[in-house]
Amino acid sequence: MAQTQSGAAGLQSMPALLERNAREFGGKPAYREKEFGIWQCWTWAEAEKEIEALALGLINLGVNEGDFVAIIGRNRPYLYWSMVAAQSVGAVPVPLYQDANAEEMAYVLQHCGARFVIAGDQEQVDKVIEVQDQLQQFEHLIYLDPRGLRKYDHHTLHEYSHVQNQGRAAYDEWITDLKERRAKLTYDSTCVMLYTSGTTGKPKGVVLSNRNIIESAKNACEFDGLKRDDEILAYLPMAWVGDFIFSIGQAYWAGFCVNCPESAETMMTDLREIGPSYYFAPPRVFENQLTNVMIRMEDAGKLKRNMFHHFMAHAKKVGPAILDGKPVGLMDKLKYALGNVLVYGPLKDTLGFGNVRVGYTAGEAIGPEIFEFYRSLGINLKQLYGQTEASVFITVQPDGEVRADTVGVPAPDVEIKIDDNGKIFYRSPGVFVEYYNNPDSTADTKDAEGWVDTGDAGFFEEGSGHLRIIDRAKDVGKMADGSMFAPKYVENKLKFYPDILEAVLFGNGKDRCVAFINIDLTAVGNWAERNNVAYASYQELAGHPRVLETISEHVATVNQSVAEDPMLSGCQIHRFVILHKELDADDGEMTRTRKVRRVIVEDKFKEIIEAMYDGSAEISTTTEVTYEDGRKGSISATLSIMDPIVTAGVVQRVAAE
Amino acid sequence: MLDQSDSYVTEDGRTIGGVVMEMQNITLRFGGVVAIQDISFDIREGEIRAIIGPNGAGKSSMLNVISGFYIPQEGKVLFRGKERPPMRPYEVAQQGIARTFQNIALFEGMSVLDNVMTGRLNYMKTNMFQQAIWKGKAEKEETENREVVEKIIDFLEIQAIRKTPVSRLPYGLKKRVELARALAAEPKLLLLDEPMAGMNVEEKEDMSRFILDVNDEFGTTIALIEHDMGVVMDLSDRVVVMDYGKKIGDGTPDEVRNNQDVIDAYLGVSHD
Repeated sequence: MAQTQSGAAGLQSMPALLERNAREFGGKPAYREKEFGIWQCWTWAEAEKEIEALALGLINLGVNEGDFVAIIGRNRPYLYWSMVAAQSVGAVPVPLYQDANAEEMAYVLQHCGARFVIAGDQEQVDKVIEVQDQLQQFEHLIYLDPRGLRKYDHHTLHEYSHVQNQGRAAYDEWITDLKERRAKLTYDSTCVMLYTSGTTGKPKGVVLSNRNIIESAKNACEFDGLKRDDEILAYLPMAWVGDFIFSIGQAYWAGFCVNCPESAETMMTDLREIGPSYYFAPPRVFENQLTNVMIRMEDAGKLKRNMFHHFMAHAKKVGPAILDGKPVGLMDKLKYALGNVLVYGPLKDTLGFGNVRVGYTAGEAIGPEIFEFYRSLGINLKQLYGQTEASVFITVQPDGEVRADTVGVPAPDVEIKIDDNGKIFYRSPGVFVEYYNNPDSTADTKDAEGWVDTGDAGFFEEGSGHLRIIDRAKDVGKMADGSMFAPKYVENKLKFYPDILEAVLFGNGKDRCVAFINIDLTAVGNWAERNNVAYASYQELAGHPRVLETISEHVATVNQSVAEDPMLSGCQIHRFVILHKELDADDGEMTRTRKVRRVIVEDKFKEIIEAMYDGSAEISTTTEVTYEDGRKGSISATLSIMDPIVTAGVVQRVAAE
Repeated sequence: MLDQSDSYVTEDGRTIGGVVMEMQNITLRFGGVVAIQDISFDIREGEIRAIIGPNGAGKSSMLNVISGFYIPQEGKVLFRGKERPPMRPYEVAQQGIARTFQNIALFEGMSVLDNVMTGRLNYMKTNMFQQAIWKGKAEKEETENREVVEKIIDFLEIQAIRKTPVSRLPYGLKKRVELARALAAEPKLLLLDEPMAGMNVEEKEDMSRFILDVNDEFGTTIALIEHDMGVVMDLSDRVVVMDYGKKIGDGTPDEVRNNQDVIDAYLGVSHD
């Protein structure tokens, strides 16, 4: 069955693809990492050797087939090799979010019963050691960067390079075992287990088979014509399904090069140096970049600033049409070409997007203006809609049919159906095997025919056949008067403003909506600097009257635009507060992929919400915060509750009468 | 008591060697002001030695004596068992001693990388003309030294500011760049003058970790002056306490903490 599919006989696992790549184009770069200021490079042939040495070392340490090997750290070639080495010996790699705290880590390690952990550095090692007493099955810890770890007890702690050296030394003893184990891998073997971030409840381990990953990777490579010569920058969390598909699945299938930045802080410089041709980022990254560009243009000289605004206005008008190959007047074309020389080209180069052939954004809806900005520069940015359970791809936007408000057409080999309530279901070769050790959840999500419930509500647009997502089906509710409550829709409108980093809307079952807002410290901080507003902390800036006033204006504008939509005019924001702290994953308010956990936020700040509904002008509150090292503290603040202008929702009144 | 050449292993597994530097009855005067009065102590190989004391106690003067910048009127400074003659700064550097300053002394207009490279000057043998032409020997030399510098940049996690001019950096990072420059000289003995002054809690924690890592990773002997008692007690193996130019305590953090003279100097004494 598996063999009849296009996965091609013999290429049914990552190690098999690695072997093919090393054989067919072993001299081409497979991995690069910037270290000590220089891009270090490994060819496919070299990567194969490194992975083999590690795999032998893992067997030598006692890794058995079916064991779980947890991998924690930032994107580094060595950790990608760890995943493939684990697969080679028949074990299952489980990448974890590196910024997870020890408690969260303990839950996942305990849940999968990992016997081995491969950690990037001392920080990760410390977290694992802190919780290792709670882990019954945990045995060995392998670390990559020896810094600060010399004095640790090395009975169960091993340096990565030593494991490799031991593997090389034990080549004769274990190579036949390794070959046998590799040969046993089929399309149905588990490729990887990824924990979903979980906006509600505990993380679930999504088991993805080789078929899931390879078929999805192959389809997507063909869809976008990805080839050996493509370059990507691997900077998104390794525990996220997207990174696994791009940096392992597609990289191994198409044979392109994975580049790892020097550190998280140097990412922008490294992006520019590499100039990837295939690029992926969640909307937040694009938002931040746009905010930075705008801030820097505000600080630039008058000539540059005027030139920027003039040509950007032109790009907005004709850029997307030119990108889509639609007819555009000759004068407009010429002016765009001039703008390309003066503004767009240099800007793209500075952003590191000079070579981008295919760019994707996913994970959340992107503000239409942000999306248009990048497209107008001539960057082929597209949207896709996906899930861990689908091995990413559910729908994608084909070239030339890109729009801000849809997520595209079903990806190759994906079937989609929408039930009477608007809920979206899909079925594809990428559909996950199961939730590990959780048959109930598996049955809830996936039915016997293989249809998976996305939990999102949406509809196919007539004419174009594109899918439009309304919101998480769970989050969509009804206001007291029966009109629709769709928080995401309003929040995304708010988040388009560079000043607003995050927004959370409440109002399900109530007569009107209220909202929490987080300001963007970079953007508002820069504004404060230019306007001589002194502040000492986020909290102080967030409470500044002029900031409150500006945000109030933004909210009023959003209200106006929400009011234009007859279905949603009830979702206007009647009152809001700017929160005294940023919502943070360490406090459980967001997932590690930075999605708001609505229920937790609602519960944690319920007194503030109550105050907004009972008409108080301000509210004093104390909130517990968790520092990065796990210690707790608290922040007290008195927040002013603002009453922005609400536009009369004419249509809604009529409906109510 | 330990002998000069004895070594021992600390609780956390580091080996502390014999005495590398010894101060014998040092007295330093500026005109009529006695900055340091008859102080003796030693620094052992591989240890972190702190000098603490209230403002004006003579800590910085002491550090300047150790570094050879001040020459005491009385007493002897023994370096590796030999009395040290008066030296010029570059001779001190050649002996393997590097320092940072209380008030940051970096080249503000130069990039972080160039600043750290200046720490390698003692290892560069080519002259200005060779460096101007750059081909051949000078190029090879720069590559070798750049490699050392890059390892330090990596170690102190300042990759992201490698090309940034120092003047644009916040205070805490400048301090770190200064440490990087001192480390670039690959010192045997590193002198830190108030490495944590003016930092917030987070920056202090980072700096403490770097100091411990430097000591651990390179085996560098470190002598530091610090105000923050908490930091000192956590970091150091032994502490010298000074007050009004005199030594009032010397020993492990615990010993010093329980020393009545030290408590009096820090908390004040009631006058009844």
